[in-house]
Amino acid sequence: MAKGMLNVPARAARGAVIEIKSMILHPMETGYRRTQLGAAIPRDIIRRVVCTYNGTEVFRADLHPAIAANPYLVFPTVATESGTIAITWTGDNGFSVTESAAIAVE
Amino acid sequence: MDARPDRRQFLRVAAGAAAGSVLLTVVPARATPAATLEAIRQVTGSAPVQPGKVSLTLPPLSENGNSVPLEIRVDSPMTEAAHVKSIHVFTEKNPQPNVVDVHLGPRAGRAVVATRIRLADSQTVTAIAALSDGTFWSASVGVVVTIAACAEEL
Amino acid sequence: MAAAALGLAGAALAADAPAPDRRSGYEFMSRETRAMQDDETANPGLLWVREGEGLWRVKVGAAGAACADCHGEARTSMKGVAARYPAFDAAHGGPITIEQRINQCRVERQKAPALAYESAELLALTAYVARQSRGLPIDVGADPRLARALETGRALYHRRQGQLDLACAQCHDQYWGRKLAGNTIPQGHPTGYPVYRLEWQHLGSLQRRLRNCLTGIRAEAFPYGSPELVQLELFLMWRARGMPVEAPGVRP
Repeated sequence: MAKGMLNVPARAARGAVIEIKSMILHPMETGYRRTQLGAAIPRDIIRRVVCTYNGTEVFRADLHPAIAANPYLVFPTVATESGTIAITWTGDNGFSVTESAAIAVE
Repeated sequence: MDARPDRRQFLRVAAGAAAGSVLLTVVPARATPAATLEAIRQVTGSAPVQPGKVSLTLPPLSENGNSVPLEIRVDSPMTEAAHVKSIHVFTEKNPQPNVVDVHLGPRAGRAVVATRIRLADSQTVTAIAALSDGTFWSASVGVVVTIAACAEEL
Repeated sequence: MAAAALGLAGAALAADAPAPDRRSGYEFMSRETRAMQDDETANPGLLWVREGEGLWRVKVGAAGAACADCHGEARTSMKGVAARYPAFDAAHGGPITIEQRINQCRVERQKAPALAYESAELLALTAYVARQSRGLPIDVGADPRLARALETGRALYHRRQGQLDLACAQCHDQYWGRKLAGNTIPQGHPTGYPVYRLEWQHLGSLQRRLRNCLTGIRAEAFPYGSPELVQLELFLMWRARGMPVEAPGVRP
């Protein structure tokens, strides 16, 4: 089942700036928390979010532990052509999730 | 704006009562002002950072430091000739100063980004934009946090 | 009406008739947190709803059955269901919660092990089912077979307990609207459950929240699925009857 959410308008006018909304299930464990016995809970976060448009990178974000759990990221891109917008989240412990959406640009 | 330690400790214990968790009064490591300046210098080098062009929006009072909405807008035509290359967010009192580094470019069309961040204490959040002409611009906003993030004990 | 059918118990319950200024916890939140709940692309609870949507179609257990095999499209079959829970269950002889109903299906019909409270799967399925009642009015407690459990729940709500010797009623009937450690005390209506609580950075059930409150007043928290928590849940949903379901809600 898809762990990530990617919201892209289904269609857009060529040259229009569209809004991409993303969110993914992830605890973003900071590495600063401790158990009641005092043991440190190791960091486990999403480190990078990359958005590609028909394979070309159009947005990149490097996340630190200060990004809230279940990271929510909204950013714009120009609707240049029809095709696929994909977003990939990568992080600690080999975390890697990709979601994609189709966009029709007229 | 900086609460006295005893009041903060009371709030933490009272917050524990409200939140239903037992919070120990262990204060986590926190970024020093020097660490924050160093983190900023990693991005800007020796170039000056001017206030302006950047609009940073955060609620002045946060209901819970675990999730504070943030939006950044930078005044830029986002053309090949003149655009925002990257935006960097810093805090001064979280355990470490960096929050997020966003890389844009002309394909973005607009220099806007929104997310949700964690704030460990009432503090100032700073956003710095790096423009394609090599200049750096910034904005800062103070946020009051009554229930802190980062210090939670399980 | 329910009150007339309940006789003596009805007189006590009538005292808890919904006050004209009943407000959901939603109204005590900041503009930003309300926006987070309202925006389906920003509400983290929707991540669990989507997981639940997937689980709905997965065949599980010795029976190799998916929820969808019996219940079809949740959009229609589950519409209004969460708004009616806790509901009377003949096998239990009393009220059961949505979580217990889901587990009852798992064990008896799917022949699969019950899902643990607050597990990813149970939260996902509960969130998915509850989502199908979003906007519908809570309709719980009128069943005369629930009268005794409802009265017990009401008594629990009014009972002083814990080292702080506080009753739910004191904060949530008397002091709602006032501040406790920076947050505004809500009236305690479970309109948003399962809820994404910013404090938890996670989705959680009403029973998780009730256990948090009990720990907060330094009382022994009743175990998940205990009769006390079910009775409290029943009473709270009855007390909130008529208010719209907001699941999955967002709360500080």
